[in-house]
Amino acid sequence: MDIKIQEVALNRSPSSPAASPPGEPSAVRQFLLSRGTSAGPDRAFALVMLISALSIFAIVALIATELVLRSQLSLHKFGIGFFFGSAWDPVTGEFGALPFIYGTLVSSLVALLIAVPLSIGLAVFLTEMCPRWLRSPLAFLTELLAAIPSVVYGLWAVFVLVPLLREHVNPILGETLGWSGFFTGPNYGIGMLAAGVILAIMILPIISSLTREVMIAVPHAQREAVLALGATRWEMIRMGVLRNARIGIVGAVILGLGRALGETMAVTMVIGNRPEIAKSLFAPGYSMASVIANEFSEASDDLYLSALIEIGLALFLVTIVVNAIARLLVWVVTRGAPLQVA
Amino acid sequence: MIAVASFCAVFFCSKSGEWFSPPNDTCCENAIEGICVGVGIEVEALNAWYGSNHTLLDINLKIPANQATALIGPSGCGKSTFVRCLNRMHETNPVGKVTGTVRIGPLDIYKDASPVEIRRRVGMVFQRPNPFPTMSIYDNVASGLKLNGFRNRRVLDEVVERSLRNAALWEEVKDDLRRKSGASRSGGQQQRLCIARALAVDPEVLLMDEPASALDPVSTAKIEDLIFELKKQYTIVIVTHNMQQAARVAERTGFFLSGKLVEFDVTHKIFTNPGDKRTEDYITGRFG
Amino acid sequence: MATTPAVYRNSRSNSVTRMVTDHVFTGLALLSTVLVVAPLVAIFCYLLYKGASSLNLAFFTQIPQPVGEPGGGMANAIFGSGLLLAVGSLLGVPVGIASGIFLAEFGRGTMLANAVRFTADVLNGVPSIVMGISVYSLIVLPQKHFSAFSGGVALGIMMIPTITRTTEEMLATVPNAVREAALGLGVPAWRSVLSITLRTASPGIITGCMLAFARVAGETAPLLFTAFGNNFWSHNLNEPIAALPLQIYVYAISPYDDWHRLAWAGSLVLIVLIVISVALVRFVASRGTLKANT
Repeated sequence: MDIKIQEVALNRSPSSPAASPPGEPSAVRQFLLSRGTSAGPDRAFALVMLISALSIFAIVALIATELVLRSQLSLHKFGIGFFFGSAWDPVTGEFGALPFIYGTLVSSLVALLIAVPLSIGLAVFLTEMCPRWLRSPLAFLTELLAAIPSVVYGLWAVFVLVPLLREHVNPILGETLGWSGFFTGPNYGIGMLAAGVILAIMILPIISSLTREVMIAVPHAQREAVLALGATRWEMIRMGVLRNARIGIVGAVILGLGRALGETMAVTMVIGNRPEIAKSLFAPGYSMASVIANEFSEASDDLYLSALIEIGLALFLVTIVVNAIARLLVWVVTRGAPLQVA
Repeated sequence: MIAVASFCAVFFCSKSGEWFSPPNDTCCENAIEGICVGVGIEVEALNAWYGSNHTLLDINLKIPANQATALIGPSGCGKSTFVRCLNRMHETNPVGKVTGTVRIGPLDIYKDASPVEIRRRVGMVFQRPNPFPTMSIYDNVASGLKLNGFRNRRVLDEVVERSLRNAALWEEVKDDLRRKSGASRSGGQQQRLCIARALAVDPEVLLMDEPASALDPVSTAKIEDLIFELKKQYTIVIVTHNMQQAARVAERTGFFLSGKLVEFDVTHKIFTNPGDKRTEDYITGRFG
Repeated sequence: MATTPAVYRNSRSNSVTRMVTDHVFTGLALLSTVLVVAPLVAIFCYLLYKGASSLNLAFFTQIPQPVGEPGGGMANAIFGSGLLLAVGSLLGVPVGIASGIFLAEFGRGTMLANAVRFTADVLNGVPSIVMGISVYSLIVLPQKHFSAFSGGVALGIMMIPTITRTTEEMLATVPNAVREAALGLGVPAWRSVLSITLRTASPGIITGCMLAFARVAGETAPLLFTAFGNNFWSHNLNEPIAALPLQIYVYAISPYDDWHRLAWAGSLVLIVLIVISVALVRFVASRGTLKANT
């Protein structure tokens, strides 16, 4: 093949000035040649960035160390029995954390029982059923729910939720389900149930948005495969999406649990602040975070303070483990190996 | 002696746009100062890897000064990798590795200088125009200088104007220099902006990795015209998929295949009478 | 065949069941949505109703009056929150952005980067009350007094994970072509990251910081034992200082109606600020991170 090489007419003549006589480097080139290597500053910069990143390790280590150190007194005095003792008496120096563990667990459990079905329902609606124009406003509203501070939730709970429960909801619960033992006793409004409800409202957005993320990560091919078999929409959601995403949804729920465990202000305002273990949800209780919030500044002696800090340490460790498990589960679904349709 | 030298210079390294020169390329280095302003590139035993993938195998090449050298070859043959080895961009990839020698002028770029210093002397224009989106047109062109600490406003203005003129973009943007973002123009103009940006740092060599492949024919023609002008001041290495472009623009052409340099010769010879059968197959369109 | 086979008979009634199930669950999903949105709307309406009526100029200009006396406001608390945020951002923003730069530019794919990311998540999950008592232990105990400084530190630490994560994500959206262009010009790596990559991603990074501020501004628990609260004006970093959420809490659990009124007003102010931040963040995010085509 013969390719003709054309002589192209040079019809363009931009000025091609040289800043200095040809053969001699221009001012620009001289300047740049004199700049030299930047290896030093580059290394220093990278080092500064590295140190910042490592400081995160340092901060977490510091927190852990402080908690462990300051709870030594209580750790040595009570040992592991601390977490099984149910007496909390600052006067006599008897400290047992069981009521608070019970309170935290029960309020979180109640919260999960209420929040999980609602969150999944919301997530399903938003991802699969919602008309396009409604999606963005609804998602915005959910984000707003997540952004409301705990103390504002608590304020609303004290003046709106608690009277509502006391006057309208609890009597009905007492009449219909009182036989179970969970809804008996004096009805003050504040108590475990109130704490559980407000916690539920607070963890709803987290579980919902994470469930949405996990559901969106399920490839469309899965949905289409189920639909092609003649499934109804709900069946498609159940088999094509929820089944594939279930690990991630479990992760989202556990993350919500992690948040509920550590929630302080709203719970403190409605849980009743009485270190007792009672079966009924109407009874007041006490959570680990609440006892720290309420009694920390009144802790007169070192043992008292140490006991409170030990509770804080327990809370710290539990939330780390719970959050780590949750993140792992969500990661498996959104970024890990593709799941099998079981 | 002077007569021989000037004869050499006039015959081999004239600035009038002649591109048939005999293969004695080191002449420019011996030319009388003031005639030849570029540097040649010498590549010896260049090998490059991407992780365990041996991308370039033992490349030996001499790129003449003040000429355009085209590198052609099918996709994935290593020509882009080769060009990125010439300004030490290959090693920015975490799994990239290079061995061998590359000399630009008298400078061994892997031993005698740091990557940053080399890249100031060897400019690069990429396949897709990549002006800095947050900067104005003026700042884009001046970025190579400003980000290296150059402060003299007057000289900067001069350099920006000169670079934009050399890139044939001045008339189109001179009113919007500071008001418009670098990413606000058409693809062809953005690419010429990138060329101006590369020229502003006054490099000795200009590497162009398929500079017109993402552009429309009109812009492509403008860029090819540009290269003719730029040859007078710089040594140009251009990677291209387009064989006609290589034929139009370059004095010399190298044919790469599967990481090896199969043939390197005067463009006319490569396209009319290639020495290697593989070159002929590629030229005639049997593959690639 | 005279009779239809059993399998067809079953499937006909089965399909009715399936349709009914489908409708039931669709209804349930809709119901859940309503039940979720309802408290939100209720909270906002109640806040507006209760808070707006208590909001007057005095709220923003006066400090709390002693119990029993009418009037007063939360001016010192608003100022205090601002001061605490400022101190916190001095710690949180540089560490957060620098860590984000490390994760995105220098440590990509390394084990160290994964460890840093995980640890930042751990830090994020630490309950705010635990953060508060840790900072109490670290700063307040040795200094033997509560201080705005310790409160600021607690808030700053809480900002770090959010800012790190958003910085990393925003930097990752900067196209590699931009980085290569800078490198190809011979710009030193540190200059390229700061002046080009960071600048390109800056709208997103700034919104990330705003998000962190909004989240941290409403936190009460970390301030309980650090900033502690103050009924008077304070500018001194070494003294306890009032903060909006703290003040709301103290007033909310008090037995005085006047103080309850102030608590509602304070909540409304807090909510409005947060809603504005969240809306702003969404708005900036929707416009994209690159400012091309001006």
